[in-house]
Amino acid sequence: MIRKPETFDEMLADPHTARSPYSAYFNWFGSENLKHLRRKSADAEAFFRRIGITFNVYGQDEADERLIPFDIVPRIIAADEWTRLERGTEQRVRAINAFLHDIYHRQEIIRAGRIPREIIAGNAAYLPEMIGVDPPGGVYTHVVGVDLVRTGENDFFVLEDNARTPSGVSYMLENRETMLQMFPELFTQLRVRPVSRYPQLLRRSLADCAPPGFSGGKPTVAVLTPGIHNSAYFEHSFLADQMGAELVESQDLRIENGRVVMRTTEGYHPIDVLYRRVDDEYLDPLTFNPESLLGVPGIMDVYRAGNITIANAPGTGIADDKALYSYMPEIVEFYTGESAILKNVPTWRCSEADSLAYVLENLKDLVVKEVHGSGGYGMLVGPAASKKELAAFEAKLRARPGNYIAQPTLALSTVPILTKSGLAPRHVDLRPFVLVSPDRIDMTPGGLTRVALKKGSLVVNSSQGGGTKDTWVLEG
Amino acid sequence: MMLGKTAGGLFWMFRYLERAENTARLLEAGWRIALTRSGAAPGEWQSVIATAGMTSAYLAEHETYDAAQVIDFLLRGKSNPSSVLNSLASARSNARTVRTALSSEVWEATNECWMEAKSILSRPISERNLHDTLAKIRFRSAVVRGALHGTMLRNDIFSFARLGTFIERSDNTARILDVKYYVLLPSASLVGTMIDNAQWETILRSVSAEQSYHWLNGGQTSPLGIADFLILDRRMPRSLSFCCLKIADNLAQLEQEYDSRKECHDMSDEICNRMFGSTIETIFEGGLHEFLSKSIADMGQLATLIEADYRFYR
Amino acid sequence: MQLRINHVTTYTYSEPVFYALQQLRLTPRSGHGQTVLEWSSVISGGTKQLSFDDQFVNHTELVLVDEGVQTIEIVSSGVVDVVDRHGITGRHRGFAPVWLFESATPMTEAGPNLRQLAREVKSETDSGDVLGRLHALSARIAQSVRYETGRTEVTTKAESALAAGHGVCQDHAQIMISVARLLGHPARYVSGYLMMNDRVEQDATHAWCEVWDETLGWIGFDVSNGIAPDDRYVRVAVGRDSRDAAPIMGLRQGAGTEDLHVSLQVQQ
Repeated sequence: MIRKPETFDEMLADPHTARSPYSAYFNWFGSENLKHLRRKSADAEAFFRRIGITFNVYGQDEADERLIPFDIVPRIIAADEWTRLERGTEQRVRAINAFLHDIYHRQEIIRAGRIPREIIAGNAAYLPEMIGVDPPGGVYTHVVGVDLVRTGENDFFVLEDNARTPSGVSYMLENRETMLQMFPELFTQLRVRPVSRYPQLLRRSLADCAPPGFSGGKPTVAVLTPGIHNSAYFEHSFLADQMGAELVESQDLRIENGRVVMRTTEGYHPIDVLYRRVDDEYLDPLTFNPESLLGVPGIMDVYRAGNITIANAPGTGIADDKALYSYMPEIVEFYTGESAILKNVPTWRCSEADSLAYVLENLKDLVVKEVHGSGGYGMLVGPAASKKELAAFEAKLRARPGNYIAQPTLALSTVPILTKSGLAPRHVDLRPFVLVSPDRIDMTPGGLTRVALKKGSLVVNSSQGGGTKDTWVLEG
Repeated sequence: MMLGKTAGGLFWMFRYLERAENTARLLEAGWRIALTRSGAAPGEWQSVIATAGMTSAYLAEHETYDAAQVIDFLLRGKSNPSSVLNSLASARSNARTVRTALSSEVWEATNECWMEAKSILSRPISERNLHDTLAKIRFRSAVVRGALHGTMLRNDIFSFARLGTFIERSDNTARILDVKYYVLLPSASLVGTMIDNAQWETILRSVSAEQSYHWLNGGQTSPLGIADFLILDRRMPRSLSFCCLKIADNLAQLEQEYDSRKECHDMSDEICNRMFGSTIETIFEGGLHEFLSKSIADMGQLATLIEADYRFYR
Repeated sequence: MQLRINHVTTYTYSEPVFYALQQLRLTPRSGHGQTVLEWSSVISGGTKQLSFDDQFVNHTELVLVDEGVQTIEIVSSGVVDVVDRHGITGRHRGFAPVWLFESATPMTEAGPNLRQLAREVKSETDSGDVLGRLHALSARIAQSVRYETGRTEVTTKAESALAAGHGVCQDHAQIMISVARLLGHPARYVSGYLMMNDRVEQDATHAWCEVWDETLGWIGFDVSNGIAPDDRYVRVAVGRDSRDAAPIMGLRQGAGTEDLHVSLQVQQ
């Protein structure tokens, strides 16, 4: 049934010939000295440490700030390849926003019988508090990070739609900055599209969605962070800095005159748009988890009264829920009237008896994911698992089948990384970042390429030994 | 527009940086006197700990004032919040909070300062390596200061940073003098005798002022002269008067920028008036210790007012 | 019937308040057989911040308690004209789908006791007679959960109230909701006012439940009084459980304790 797939390498067509997007880079690489490049690699690490682009590992010593390893070989995407991805992603993001509006208003898609209502009704990511709410500008997902994988020349698949608060964009920007500093000559030879406008575009997208009654003039934008101990704090402060927005925490905020206001040296000042990097559950202790210290009590009320924009809107998690993923082609078609440009990975819903039987039968060839898991935790990679692990997972699957979905082990494409002995292929994925405004959708040409540094590994998550690469999209 | 939290973060970032430097200076002075006068060493280390305001924390862990222990306590003592390493960690942690208010050069310099300190202070420092270690730390913190002066706008951000620096510095200078005030007291019995020059030397070294003092006074050392220099000389960047002036300047800057006068401005004026209305003679007449105690208390109160007036915490 | 309501809620705090919010669902809406002729809510010790309609179309207000006060008083009063519809509230309104009232919430989650009750009602009643089955359920609950004030809290869940065997109208309503859902009927919680024939002064607001029927729409059941709501009932807020429809939901930062006092008069 499942045949042993062949791996597609994005750089090399054969051991001595580069595919066309990589040909200029490949020639350049051939003329470089390996030792010299290895030294550059160490320089890059020192640079990342100095600017503090580190993350805290959950459960580890607070002082233990880690770097996500950076590989200096870029991932290169040709202009036409990118155009296709762009069209597909835009279509998907438009469908997601239409879906969110529908699911929080008339639920036409359920009435039409295109998705079962059980998938929504019992889902913690579906927030009843959002029912009937019209987000300013009609935008639910101001920022989306779509996780894509590639298996062949023309085969891109969407692995996950991150519609909550996708992270990683600071790596896209800092990786480019580093490459520009280290290899300026490459950028004169290859025409690489810039990514540096992202923060300005983000600010514009957010400002364009200011609530109808905002204070007038330039909307006040703030970034809400859980604080300096959060693993993505660097990114929060980086984005606030680059956008010229205030970086606020729960203790800086309160409600005054029906608005969310922040405490400044001169008193309280209202916020028009809050780019929050705090999960829904913790956003408002008055409405959601009463134990939360990270949120703003009453902000959901201010939001529902139309006095602030929250980006992304609360409740967008229902769109990237793994239980819903397998319905994405339906969803795209339902709202756009077109078939999906980007493919979904075939998915077995273990809640369905036939699928469960198939999954149990073929466990060693499949990837099984927890419906509500993230970050690669609670996941089984069949081909890499021991007999014992397979047996343990089988028990879990039988106990709560509805909690899992399964997918074939995709032969993720490889891009070489620089090792002691030269270039060596490693599996990669890609997370481009999409910004949504009331009247336009922008996908920054580039993204976060995550790479599994361990030979043969398919797990690219930074929490499990993944690294990153700069992603180059070439001019047409 | 600036968040109250950011103002507080800047203020404390620079207080901690200043504190780290001051602790390093104290250590350097103690080390020097201990080198030259081995008999007096334990007493000298004891007064170093006292000056750092850490006597009870130190005695909770140690029974004697042994050089290696004192050095370790002040450089990297886990239980000592003012140790060089902890101060730099706090400075950096505050810098992380206020990162959007800092130029990238100031942030990177602060981060590098902390990274280097963390690396060289990962193990105990021997007396032999103390000087080099302190020099490296001083250099790193000087880079932060340089970046601040060279790359930051002269706005409220700069003012809060400077207020933190000078409030901490004023407190430090006053405490150094207060711990040693008896050395400076002119006493009838001492008239005409050789006063303990080494002790004066420590005082001057603790504020990195031995060269400038001698340069200004041509080798004439006197208790009144030293006190005058460290309290009233406005040319001396670590004197109480200099700190007062700088604090007043920066508060005036805030008053102008925000177009609003606060309680802290009145308090600062009061402190300045008292300082500039004094001569070294009137200070000694009223009691040096009393004068210094009041200075320390006033600065503490001023810091509290600044914190409230500019909404650091609420 | 015209009902005149005067409802005063007073919170007294042991310490001056630094920061506190109160979310109010205290304004009845016209429709479904009731017409609000006049209504006002007046607050002292706090300031109204905003208002909006929540997901169940409840009129919701957010109040900021004034800094430093030790008492806040919320006075809701008005006149509502009610028609007796024999418990039939009727058609569903708003964007919240009826299926939302099918799933349990933490307050109404079924444990062994609720499941047992559902099994019994199911086996003892005729599935063809929905109304008969629901009335039987209501009677069973009133029988096995004695009406007794002060023994359960606003945070008591349906399962534990049933296990304890005593409770107030909130507990009765939530047990009924939970079992109705187990039996396959969407059900919701209603908070509001009830005019009692024998008295004007009351200690608390009332609560009952509504169960969905495809032909009749929402049907009310007042378990505590063993009757279908009539023209003495004013519906104020609805939701999946008592939390959704709570008349007042508060959050306070800082030390100290708070005391709640309710004074309520409902009369013709």
